[in-house]
Amino acid sequence: MEIIVALGIAVLTGSGVWLILRPRTFQVIVGLSLLSYGVNLFIFVMGWVRVGAAPFVSVGQAASDPAIFADPLPQALVLTAIVIAFATTALLLVVLLVARGLTGTDHVDGREPEQ
Amino acid sequence: MSELASHLIVLPILVPLLTGAMLLVIDEPRHALKATFSVASMMLLLVTAGALAVRADAPVTHVYALGDWAAPIGIVLVADRLAALMVLLTAILGMAALVFALARWHRAGPQFHAMFQFLLAGLNGAFLTGDLFNLFVFFELLLAASYGLALYGGGTPRVRAGLHYIVINLAASLLFLVGVSLLYGMAGTLNMADLAVRLPQLPAEDRSLLEIGAATLAVAFLVKAGMWPLGFWLPATYTSSCAPAAALFCILSKVGIYALVRVWFVVFSEGSGAELLAYGGMATLVFGMVGMLGSQDLGRIASFSLVVSSGTLLATIGVGGSSVIAPALFYLVTSTLGTAALFLLVELIERSRAPGANVLAVTADAFNVDDGEAEPQELVGVLIPATMAVLGLAFAFATLLIAGLPPLPGFLAKFSILAGVLDKTSIPAGAWPLFGLVILSGLAAVIALARAGVRIFWADAGRIAPRVRLIEILPVAGLITVCLVLTVFAGPAMSYLRQAGDALNPPANYIREVLPST
Repeated sequence: MEIIVALGIAVLTGSGVWLILRPRTFQVIVGLSLLSYGVNLFIFVMGWVRVGAAPFVSVGQAASDPAIFADPLPQALVLTAIVIAFATTALLLVVLLVARGLTGTDHVDGREPEQ
Repeated sequence: MSELASHLIVLPILVPLLTGAMLLVIDEPRHALKATFSVASMMLLLVTAGALAVRADAPVTHVYALGDWAAPIGIVLVADRLAALMVLLTAILGMAALVFALARWHRAGPQFHAMFQFLLAGLNGAFLTGDLFNLFVFFELLLAASYGLALYGGGTPRVRAGLHYIVINLAASLLFLVGVSLLYGMAGTLNMADLAVRLPQLPAEDRSLLEIGAATLAVAFLVKAGMWPLGFWLPATYTSSCAPAAALFCILSKVGIYALVRVWFVVFSEGSGAELLAYGGMATLVFGMVGMLGSQDLGRIASFSLVVSSGTLLATIGVGGSSVIAPALFYLVTSTLGTAALFLLVELIERSRAPGANVLAVTADAFNVDDGEAEPQELVGVLIPATMAVLGLAFAFATLLIAGLPPLPGFLAKFSILAGVLDKTSIPAGAWPLFGLVILSGLAAVIALARAGVRIFWADAGRIAPRVRLIEILPVAGLITVCLVLTVFAGPAMSYLRQAGDALNPPANYIREVLPST
């Protein structure tokens, strides 16, 4: 289980890093999105990988061992991170469109490199 | 009354947040109404920040538990001297930038005041928060607002620089998250005081993973602070953004330094990595110095002087550790005020020059000055007499502040930094290079600014008499006056800052107030 999650994070982050180093704005935004998926998974996993553990402690179970429950805090953190990443990506998308309109190219520097 | 006063801590976040939300729903053409709300909020903020700074000057650290949930489960705001000082600095800068914007910039595009208020809320939150995840949230809040303000006014140079700024900061935010989650995974808490208690108890085999997390976090902060080689986005973004936004952005790069100081001293009680900070800071200093000397555009000189001040702060903290926190903070305050005044002046001065006068400056930005930028409309209102003389005087003051020459407090700040670094039985390894670089950077600032000043104020070619309104020069005068007051009251200010520094290392008082049970 751990190795699958780790590989998933690695693939997402690796592709994301490769894409944000590309010269086209669309590649950069897809790269940032992939990176943020990778990071979100990473935060989630920081509560340790558990299969079938409940995130909520019900009243009767509260006194029993807390180790049988999944850690709810990373899930809350991930939710916040997703919302923020979503909003900033939307904002970046608008700026990309404006840049495309003003400079007439989708190169990140706003001009095509010399051939 | 003390019941009420304890809620003072949350006001610097709530007031701009609510004002910003309210300003969003007011119709766009009602500039006067928007400006009234914005200025009222700013005044309230200034008073609150002043009261907070006075209240923080006490043996106890004030802690505010949001929703009355005690730490470490609940979220706390902490107003110690350092946080209160930064909030006060933000309020002073914000007031100056806002008054400046009232002359014309706030009408140049949509939602200036709302973004301005959100930026203030994010800044104050980042300074006051007591846990790392909320630090991230407030960082994102202030960054989101700063994206809008960096692009405010439109035009190709702004959009091009803004694009780089946004992408780099988004990537840095992801690093921030990785660092925060690694710390959480290792220690099981994100409250700074709780982290400080738990980290020393961790087993030795977890130590390396913890340090990776801390380093990742530090990279995210250093991107914000503009350390070389992470700060190449800074000059282009700050030069191209409109004057009031650039003035407020001066404190933005200091947020990174604040966060670094806070986390480094409180959570890790000055762990490893000091050499990296010292030499990285010195590289930043050199980069900023060369940049200042190499630029002809006054806006770029101002931006690079910000890089120099970041570099000086990082190198000082890296070399001197906790013993030089007080001089470093004094330098932070004066350099922030001085650079902000210069950014405001740049726009007024540029008005005296015929368009295209900067074409000599062979920079990409200079070539693209005039494509499609929405310059705000013509000025109306009280104009000041003897404009060139007044601007020249203000420019001279700003130069003295940034270069660190007497009688302005920039000199006192640099002097006390050097005295603090050398005032030890064993002089630390990086002290002499730092000594040389700080003095050289002052010389570079004098050369760069004097050269620009001679060209602007003494060379006549292509000059047109600028029209400057009273409320545009007032903020500049205000910032310089604050610095003059700081010179006169340098003693009390320094003892306040010294206590702020002492409280950071060791942070026993901080931990005791946040976690009363331990």
